[in-house]
Amino acid sequence: MTNEERKALQIAACKVRMGVIESTHGAKAGHPGGSLSAAEMFAYLYNKEMRIDPADPKWDDRDRFVLSKGHTAPGLYSALAYRGFFPVADLPTLRHIDSYLQGHPNMNTVPGVDMSTGSLGQGVSCAAGMAKAAKYLKKDNVRVYTLLGDGEIEEGEVWEAFMFAAKYALDNFCVIIDLNGLQIDGPTKDVMNTEPVDAKMRDFGFEVVTINGHDVDEIEKAFDVFHATSGKPTAILMHTTKGKGVSFMENQVGWHGKAPNDEEYKTAMDELNAQMAELEAQA
Amino acid sequence: MSDVKKIATRDSYGNALVELAKDHPDVVVLDADLAAATKTGVLKKAYPDRHFDCGIAESNMVAVAAGMAAMGLVPFASSFAMFAAGRAFEQVRNSIGYPHLNVKIGATHGGISVGEDGASHQCCEDFALMRSIPGMTVLCPSDDVEARAAVKAAYEHEGPVYLRFGRLALPVFHDEANFKFEIGKGEQLTEGNDVAILATGLEVGEALTAAETLKNEGIHARVINLCTIKPLDEEIVVKAARECGAVVTCEEHSVFGGLGEAVAGVLAEQCPTKMRRVGVKDVFGHSGPAWDLLEQFGLRADAIIAAVKELI
Repeated sequence: MTNEERKALQIAACKVRMGVIESTHGAKAGHPGGSLSAAEMFAYLYNKEMRIDPADPKWDDRDRFVLSKGHTAPGLYSALAYRGFFPVADLPTLRHIDSYLQGHPNMNTVPGVDMSTGSLGQGVSCAAGMAKAAKYLKKDNVRVYTLLGDGEIEEGEVWEAFMFAAKYALDNFCVIIDLNGLQIDGPTKDVMNTEPVDAKMRDFGFEVVTINGHDVDEIEKAFDVFHATSGKPTAILMHTTKGKGVSFMENQVGWHGKAPNDEEYKTAMDELNAQMAELEAQA
Repeated sequence: MSDVKKIATRDSYGNALVELAKDHPDVVVLDADLAAATKTGVLKKAYPDRHFDCGIAESNMVAVAAGMAAMGLVPFASSFAMFAAGRAFEQVRNSIGYPHLNVKIGATHGGISVGEDGASHQCCEDFALMRSIPGMTVLCPSDDVEARAAVKAAYEHEGPVYLRFGRLALPVFHDEANFKFEIGKGEQLTEGNDVAILATGLEVGEALTAAETLKNEGIHARVINLCTIKPLDEEIVVKAARECGAVVTCEEHSVFGGLGEAVAGVLAEQCPTKMRRVGVKDVFGHSGPAWDLLEQFGLRADAIIAAVKELI
């Protein structure tokens, strides 16, 4: 990756974070923590990895993305808005009555959303069905991506979906798990330990890549593995910091599903604006 | 009755899928390790590359079907009613119903006539569960001719459809050459103004038997087949209530939340009419031969006759 590309992706991730803060502040509700932890991934998917067309969101041959951890809709909406699927100015209408930006992704109201999700564990099954359908339809260039939380994989259905993906050798299917280590009731290892996720995924028939989810070079390498893998699905396990980019939200379980008040909003935006200025000043 | 052709509507389901698949490449079938029982096995034999076994994992199967529909396929997701509507209810609600995806749920082994397997497999709650999902169409065909027509109609219909089929071989009373099926339309089978008997599924045959007996006693019953439980044919229901003045509903389902309550709801608002609901009371089933169970749980013609006589 060139320096220029790296910088562009980091800027895109910073914008995703700004959109997350704008939208959850506007909503006075929502889930900033897990949206911020996946900001680099959202930015990478929608600016480099996926074959999509913001002018034609329903393009039949596009790649698909299913946000299985649907509560992090602010991160997805922000990535979509900055990519041109709908106006960035609409982000603060998140969760407002009659807004198309529903609290959890709705494929019928939000341009660019490929599946309605929100009930944890179901999106990954839908995504596996899409990947299987792409195979059946001989759409060989269509890839399907899905993002799960590390708390979400406590749902049994997730493992049913993983077995399905392995059985049908869905090498067009990429499962991304955000290992930010926190869920509503506390650290994931205390609430219901899912470790070791890498060994489990390998045993379930996946090609497994473990990365730092905030490093766009590592994300690129992980997708290189996905592209090169045939005969089985790929799992990208990304270690992240929940709330990443906003100092007082980082690693704080309380910021899973809470909106910043006016003062917190200002502090968060000041921090992100400073990060953006620093990125833009880079050569 | 011995010379009458008998076939289970689950067999009709499998056969209709093969017919549909022949002309429509977008038809695919999913099953959860029950292909021999749900009869999707006949499609698997005819079109092995269009039958996807999902293993014993109905929740995943239903959401996989949603993903396939989002890609433009028309998946028929198949299992026993207990697991398709029960186990996977929330997947049906959130991944199919909420986005209004074009998935057809083929649920076999509905009702008490599952027989020997007992209560754990005798689903008498599926109408109630599926009716409650916005935009869901709910069908329960009464014989082979109607069942095959219902599968084709479900395919033609854009949006989610729940189809309930039975395990038991039933007499075929529809004349295929003159039969037309339309989702949302009830079918009047007998003339009569003394009482209306509104039935669905296996109970339609029982209602016809009951009407025959009642006729010999001078009671003329109007039997109406309501294969479409949702959206209910309100017009035919209200007309029957108005002209007959008494209504008996019959279903192989709990009296809570099924056809009986759907009819009662319509009549309470549009034409309050005295009613009786023949169905499974507030009890679970148990093991036994299917016809004996239907007798024991008050779902045979004699129970319908008794309900009619209570009313008029």
